[in-house]
Amino acid sequence: MARQSIWSRLFGRRTRDTAVNDIHAELRFHEDRLAERLEAEGLPPDRARAEARRRVGNQPLLQDRALDAHGGRWLEALVQDLRYGARRLRRQPGFAAISILTVALGIGANAAIFSVASGVLLRPLPYPNADRLVMVWMDNQRLKLREDWHSWPEIDDYRTMSTSFEDIAVFNAMARTITGSGEPERVIGAHSSPNLFSVLGVQAAKGRTYTEAENTPASNGVIVLSHGFWQRQFGGRADALESTMQINGRAVRVIGIMPEGFAFPNANTAFWMPTGPAEAQRTNRNSLWLQSIGRLKPGVSVATAQADLARINAGNAERYPNQRGYGVYVIDYLTQLVGSVRTAILILLGAVACVLLIACTNVANLLLARATVRDREMALRAAIGAGRGRLVRQMLTESVLLAGLGGLAGIGLAWLGLQALIAAAPADLPRLADIRLDRTVLAFTAGLSVVTGLIFGLVPAIQVAIGDPNRALREGGRSATGLGHAVRRGLVVVEIGAAVVLLVGAGLMVRSFNAIQHVNLGFEPDGLVTGRVTTYGERYAQGPARALFLSQVLERAGTAPGVAGAAAIGDLFLSATPNSTIFSIEGRPDFAPEDRVEVPVDAISPNYFSVMRIPLVKGRFFDTRDNAEAPAAVIINTTMANMFWPDADPIGRRIKYGALSDTGPWMTIVGVVGDTRRTGFEAAVRPETYLPHAQSPAGSMLLVVRASGDTGRAIGAVREAARATDAAVPLQAPRTVDELVGGLTAQRRLNTLLLAIFGVVAAALAVIGVYGVLGYSVAERTREIGVRIALGASRGGILRLFLAEGMMLAGIGIAAGLGTALALSRAITSLLYQISAADPMTLVAIAALAAAAALAACVIPAIRAARLPPTHALRSE
Amino acid sequence: MARTNADQLHGTLDMLVLKCLDNGPEHGYGIAVRLQQWSADVLRVEEGSLYPALYRMERRGWIAAWWGTSDNNRRARFYRLTPAGRRQLRAETESWQILSGAVARILEA
Repeated sequence: MARQSIWSRLFGRRTRDTAVNDIHAELRFHEDRLAERLEAEGLPPDRARAEARRRVGNQPLLQDRALDAHGGRWLEALVQDLRYGARRLRRQPGFAAISILTVALGIGANAAIFSVASGVLLRPLPYPNADRLVMVWMDNQRLKLREDWHSWPEIDDYRTMSTSFEDIAVFNAMARTITGSGEPERVIGAHSSPNLFSVLGVQAAKGRTYTEAENTPASNGVIVLSHGFWQRQFGGRADALESTMQINGRAVRVIGIMPEGFAFPNANTAFWMPTGPAEAQRTNRNSLWLQSIGRLKPGVSVATAQADLARINAGNAERYPNQRGYGVYVIDYLTQLVGSVRTAILILLGAVACVLLIACTNVANLLLARATVRDREMALRAAIGAGRGRLVRQMLTESVLLAGLGGLAGIGLAWLGLQALIAAAPADLPRLADIRLDRTVLAFTAGLSVVTGLIFGLVPAIQVAIGDPNRALREGGRSATGLGHAVRRGLVVVEIGAAVVLLVGAGLMVRSFNAIQHVNLGFEPDGLVTGRVTTYGERYAQGPARALFLSQVLERAGTAPGVAGAAAIGDLFLSATPNSTIFSIEGRPDFAPEDRVEVPVDAISPNYFSVMRIPLVKGRFFDTRDNAEAPAAVIINTTMANMFWPDADPIGRRIKYGALSDTGPWMTIVGVVGDTRRTGFEAAVRPETYLPHAQSPAGSMLLVVRASGDTGRAIGAVREAARATDAAVPLQAPRTVDELVGGLTAQRRLNTLLLAIFGVVAAALAVIGVYGVLGYSVAERTREIGVRIALGASRGGILRLFLAEGMMLAGIGIAAGLGTALALSRAITSLLYQISAADPMTLVAIAALAAAAALAACVIPAIRAARLPPTHALRSE
Repeated sequence: MARTNADQLHGTLDMLVLKCLDNGPEHGYGIAVRLQQWSADVLRVEEGSLYPALYRMERRGWIAAWWGTSDNNRRARFYRLTPAGRRQLRAETESWQILSGAVARILEA
């Protein structure tokens, strides 16, 4: 038989079958020849055949033995090694449990975070050729806002003039009130151009999506439902198609239902309707109201598309000077969705890799310590004929078995951890629904377990491989080989260093989080609750009706028991792209296009600032005088006052929205109020304007109510106030402001929490590692200690000896860890808030903490060494 | 010596098979017949030992095997000695002679 390749010897089922066939044929030949000879010697043919068969023997058994000798028994040997390893682990349940738990922690953390990375970063989006989808933003250089919205004509130019895009669709999300049967309900939907579905490459599962002919204000009374909304609202009935729904009081016809899982642009988008732009919107370049997503032609890169659109954009800036400062920015859709969390996930992956490294180090150390003890066993096995390779294989099999068991337990831990993680994750974490323990994760975990086992098994295995069996037998297994000694110390340094890196990262995150918690919001959030009311339909077509509705709701809510005050504002917390406009100042020329600043437009009830406890800096708050008949009044924030009237008093000055030539009314500044952080903790405060709701009666308002006691009771009171005023207007999304503020920091809280957990786990493992190595060192040097004491060393001296040994390792590890943390500081900078990645206080604190922990880990073994009775120490064998 | 066999009988059978193949390639049946003839029917090789020994030595690279045609035109598996096998045969012959000489001297004493 030809020589088999290693590979086929290891795995080849086919090769094994071939080997069996070969052996069979060979034995058959032997049997035939033997029978012929016996027959020639005079036996009758049947007896000759029977005798030959008897002599050649039990063929299956012989084949088995032949195969064994043949080397086709790798798997059987593996099973034998595994059995042997399992038996050893059962005999040392303490060691096995500690090792498996350690590995399970490391692998579990990795599996959990890898599930997140796999679901969020790696899995393709659920659209055909999703890598060709890009978001096309307006790069608003005036506002330093790279992801601003577009006007209709600008996108139209890109669609018709670009060479890189197959098509570009526009959309914007919106909330609408659905009425009909039962309670009115607010749901999130989207307006889009009809080509949104072809750009995404998804068709309706039932019915159809809308057409270009339906994309006008007169004809856009059609609606496509999401699968989930169809199930919820219609119970999945087929007659939902062609039925009529009331959306914001308008009848619309259901023409299609999207497939399950289709959710664009948000996970909670329940329906789609044609944008239906009015004729004016189709030509107005200053009306920025659309987001856009495009599909690139095959083979076109994002950079090419960017250059292509930038060329068209430059031409437009030439032609329409008031478009200067409005650039274009193309970004691939996956990065758009997950870019904000990518850094955090990568850092967490690094963190869990550190944890696993430390776990590996600990188990390797345990194995090394055992390997020293096992020297004798190994030497014995070598003496009775086990090859060195076979011994190494045995050691590796054992460590991989250990890692495999740890991996299994780790998957359990990961599953638990993921449930907790998903529950704790902010609901707006992109692709949250895609996070799960799937086959990719399981395969990753299995591979990781094997690699882990090989890594921590390698060091002891090498020790066995190069160890001298004779010496081990002679020395009675008491001695540590120099290699094991040095390697164990090196491993401890590595794990302390890794733990310090993690702790520094966690410390920086905690300090950042702390800094954010102490950011002054500009108002007092305690006891504030909010909920949105939106009026719609014929009844509220006129402004005074809306103003009346709001004042009645506020009066009812404000006088309800448990409520200290009720006010309203358009929106409390703003997105990066709130409803905003440019403005002009009386007596000054128009701003140059590049100097234009947009301010959010917010209608408020007169008592808004007092309910929110926002301080008045100058002038006055609104009051009942600022009604529809009175001259238009406006209140600005401190940032705006400082920006435009740095040396003058803004009170009494007049501004208007739009350019000087626009027809809007002049508004007199009656007050300046303190800044509030409405765009989150991490963005700069923008200039802001507030209008009295009586003069600017918006239909959708956020009620802001300060509870005098229980916030739940206050929410109930607000709901009742809305119902009593108009039963058709629901109170939408009631929340406490604390919840809203928590939502702003939820993702950061989670990152911080996870890093802190991993840091603590890493530190605990490292402490155990130091303790283990030093403890082993004490046990190993018992005789030396005895000699020292016999020669007059004081117990204090022994104590200091071992403390010095442990603390020297800790010191090297801490220094290495701090150095590594500094070298890696750039990776984490983007996650920090008002703190440097080289923050000396954090570094010093972590170093001190690590040193204290290491000292604690050293004290017990050192004391044990110092307390050894000299006789016992000397006699120890 | 690279490997020793705990079982001296294995070693002896190996040596005899190697010696047999030193005369030229042969198939398993032929080896059994030849060993029986050479020992003047004193030694009869058990097939149950012969084939495992052949595979073991093949794996160690002492002998090589291939499928050929036997004298009566049937497919048979032939074995031949490799250079490593030749060295092994020499080493085993030497140590056997030392051992058997020693045993003989003791018995004659």
